[in-house]
Amino acid sequence: MGREGEYMKKTNSPGAAAGAAADGKGAAARAPSAWDKVQLARNPGRPTFRDYAARMCDEFIELHGDRLVADDPAISGGLARIGKLRFMMIGQQKGVTTEERIACRFGMANPDGYRKALRLARLAEKWGLPVLTLVDTPGAYPGLDAEARGQGEAIGRNLMELAGLRTPILVVVTGEGGSGGALGIAVGDRILMLENAVYSVISPEGCASILWRDGAKAPEAAEALKITAHDLARLGVVDGIIPEPAGGAHTDPASAIALVREAVSEHLRELASGPTGDRLVDERFRKFSAMGRFSAAKAIKLAP
Amino acid sequence: MGWFTKKAEIEPQPPLPDIWHVCPKCQAHVFKKSWESALKVCPKCGHHDRLGARERIALLVDPGTFREFGTEITPSDPLGFSDAKGPYAEKAAATVKKLGQSEAVVVGSGNVEGTRVVLAVMDFRFLGGSLSTGTGEKIALAIKHAMDFRRAFVMVSASGGARMHEGILSLMQMAKTCAALQRHREAGLPYISILTDPTTGGVSASYALVGDVNIAEPGTLIGFAGRRVIETTIKQKLPDDFQTAEYLLEHGFVDMIVPRAELKARLAAVLAYRNRV
Repeated sequence: MGREGEYMKKTNSPGAAAGAAADGKGAAARAPSAWDKVQLARNPGRPTFRDYAARMCDEFIELHGDRLVADDPAISGGLARIGKLRFMMIGQQKGVTTEERIACRFGMANPDGYRKALRLARLAEKWGLPVLTLVDTPGAYPGLDAEARGQGEAIGRNLMELAGLRTPILVVVTGEGGSGGALGIAVGDRILMLENAVYSVISPEGCASILWRDGAKAPEAAEALKITAHDLARLGVVDGIIPEPAGGAHTDPASAIALVREAVSEHLRELASGPTGDRLVDERFRKFSAMGRFSAAKAIKLAP
Repeated sequence: MGWFTKKAEIEPQPPLPDIWHVCPKCQAHVFKKSWESALKVCPKCGHHDRLGARERIALLVDPGTFREFGTEITPSDPLGFSDAKGPYAEKAAATVKKLGQSEAVVVGSGNVEGTRVVLAVMDFRFLGGSLSTGTGEKIALAIKHAMDFRRAFVMVSASGGARMHEGILSLMQMAKTCAALQRHREAGLPYISILTDPTTGGVSASYALVGDVNIAEPGTLIGFAGRRVIETTIKQKLPDDFQTAEYLLEHGFVDMIVPRAELKARLAAVLAYRNRV
């Protein structure tokens, strides 16, 4: 795990903090807050799935459809190659132009998207390819058709099936890790986050409107929810942090993509030489079992 | 003025004993005792009121056979979370005390008409039945127990979703419980999911809808996204029966809707089809 330590170190460098502070949000001379990071993670200039497919990969052959009802553009996937590394790449697509963004529902997938992701993951297992998922979504789409076609079932099914997939899975949260909609493609053997990505059980706005009864308290909620890459590393949810160019990925997408390429190649190579089959699945199970494991010493003190 | 002043002389009446239950759905006044003996189902409109975990266990499990475990698992506060109403730690401790229950789920093994199963029963009164690290851990423990003893696992959901106060670690319980279910499934063991009101958010998007057999109570609210969020997003009015058990049956996501009075017998009938050890 030496590499992961290095990523952490890189991210902790003063350059990274100064970079994010130069975002122009009046955050000069202080480390970016959780709320600053939410803005960075949502910046429309940030590389999207399509940028990674076109510029991080040396080849990307897109595969379409869930073989049931539709091809959801909000989740894209296909056969991908970096150098000699071949893998299955799956991720949410937010779109770039306004038309695309609307067609992709801003990266919010329908059940068809989650089922397509599962179909491609199973194909990867059959062909002996590792899976790379790129997570960038505000959440699963809250829509009439989404519910009618079983949004909950589709995500739950993925959680089960991905837990049992007998091929390595590398997860990279590149932008917004929005709740169950993110988790639906984020069960894996290694979970990485970009430096300014966020990953949360609920959007800060949603949390603020429920627990503060005031959506404007989103910055407070963002802070309280502990959603930054560093928070998640501390909580044992992510295994490594991929640094971004000073100021955030949107200021220099080419360098951001190169940094992701470096990390992805490294980890896919490590995973390829790691355990396979049942042992791989056992370790993945243990990884998730350890998350939030109960410890009497850390439990809330109860009155006798 | 004589009989005007008389009014003041009327002694204030002691409040009537609380013998009535008012159905939240049809507003019918029902004798509390008969409503309770009808398993909290309205005799006028059939509305199924929510049950606590203990009441549910008493309904499903043969008397004297339930053996609870996992009570040492209590709430944790991994984020040191505080909201507008104060620290989460205080709220959680007060809830444990008030309900006399260690978390939002009660787990244990028990007999259903003689068949030994492992059950996890959620309790909506415990912070909205929210899925937290403690809840997830108890459910995972129950699934492991079911695997160790090669038993069917019965999950009774009643939850508004993941517990925000424990942040990302609550979300990860969806993955943890489903990973455990996957192992249980690979071991060839039956998983029956019973969906009770409400089963929404992260719970609907993890273990609740992936049973070998999904059984719902009539009228149960089942859905991933909230009705208001959907209406705001798609800018249209949703059908009245949207996200009800009946709607899910029609769309193919639950196998059957079973009234509360028949639930135990139906569960036992389904479990009887397990034809391997």
